[in-house]
Amino acid sequence: MEFRIDRSSGLPAYLQLVRQVREALRLGWLAPGDRLPTVRDVVATSGVNANTVLKAYRELELSGLVEARQGSGTFIKARLGSTDPEVMAALRTRLAEWVREAREAGLDIEDIDALVRSVLSEGEGVAVA
Amino acid sequence: MTTVVEPVDRTAIAVRAQALGKRYRSKWALRECTFDLPAGKVAALVGANGAGKTTLMTVLAGLLDADEGSAGATGRVAFVSQEKPVYRNFSAGDMLRLGARLNVVWDDSRARRWLARFEIPLDKACGRLSGGQQAQVAFALAIGSRPDVLMLDEPLANLDPLARREVTAELLSEVGETGMTVLLSTHVVAELAGVADYLLLLAHGRLLAGGDLDELLGRHVSYTGPRSDVPPALGDIVEARHTDNQSTFVVKLPEGQPRPVVAGPWTERLLTLEDYVLAQLEATRKGARA
Repeated sequence: MEFRIDRSSGLPAYLQLVRQVREALRLGWLAPGDRLPTVRDVVATSGVNANTVLKAYRELELSGLVEARQGSGTFIKARLGSTDPEVMAALRTRLAEWVREAREAGLDIEDIDALVRSVLSEGEGVAVA
Repeated sequence: MTTVVEPVDRTAIAVRAQALGKRYRSKWALRECTFDLPAGKVAALVGANGAGKTTLMTVLAGLLDADEGSAGATGRVAFVSQEKPVYRNFSAGDMLRLGARLNVVWDDSRARRWLARFEIPLDKACGRLSGGQQAQVAFALAIGSRPDVLMLDEPLANLDPLARREVTAELLSEVGETGMTVLLSTHVVAELAGVADYLLLLAHGRLLAGGDLDELLGRHVSYTGPRSDVPPALGDIVEARHTDNQSTFVVKLPEGQPRPVVAGPWTERLLTLEDYVLAQLEATRKGARA
């Protein structure tokens, strides 16, 4: 995988890398057993500091998603969010229902987005991942 | 083949300044400048024009004597000044031979690899190379001397956007391989995210802020909401801007406490390095006026 740093984002670069790995896992681009690019490759291709990459990989290791194997690299260890597909489907149906209601009430996409954000941010400071 | 990059010893200090001051006639260009730069960091030295960046680097590199305080760097230091000096009548190849003779430690293959990477002809007189190419010769010489501390004054100025990105990536690769410490001054703050992991911010010859970049930024938040005299969370106000019906605050949160939760009409935003630097510089300008 290739990492991208959004330099206009306030999210620290190492957290951007963490987020991109999690996203790749969620979307199935990465699976357990896959090797993450070496620190050297990430530095050369994405123009980020080696310390930044090390910090991101360490963070991923601490959260149990990857493991560093001595001398051979960093590998994906676990899958992310193995939520039951049936539960996912049920949540989606209810959300679609809710969105329909919101639209009928005259909310546009931005209104809905703002509402969702305000509910998500309640009681949990800033979500980083 | 896999390369494992070893984390460098994080306790070592690469560059140290203590109450450093430098005066040109009666005017202080640098005053009470104190910091410890840990080894292996890529530090960005940032500040407005005339803030004292070049003076600080020149003193740290040992090319200029301080008028007060002390400065020191661990190991060998290479310094590339803003002018990216090369001998006009020497070819790039001559410059490398010069580097090999003048330096105690010299890695010819590393210097040549840099020139090859940027397609610099070895046989052409430096005076006939473009400004950008001359800069690459100066960089190659510095890289070839295998410094423990590499200081670069405005390395990215005069380079086109593509070259800037490539030089940054090459430089970071060298840092990753050798574990050297880099101190670079720049105006192009927006391009530093993920590149620098340490910040030294100068204003009017004084150090305004210094430290680990992620930590510095993580302790600051920007709040936007309805017109108000106070921000929605406790902390030091770095910047406050008001319109008739809206207020924006940049707040430095108290240390060692969890991030406050703000609700209601306020939105919070993480600060980019550029936001942070601009807010800090703006604050000193207002302070100077008051």
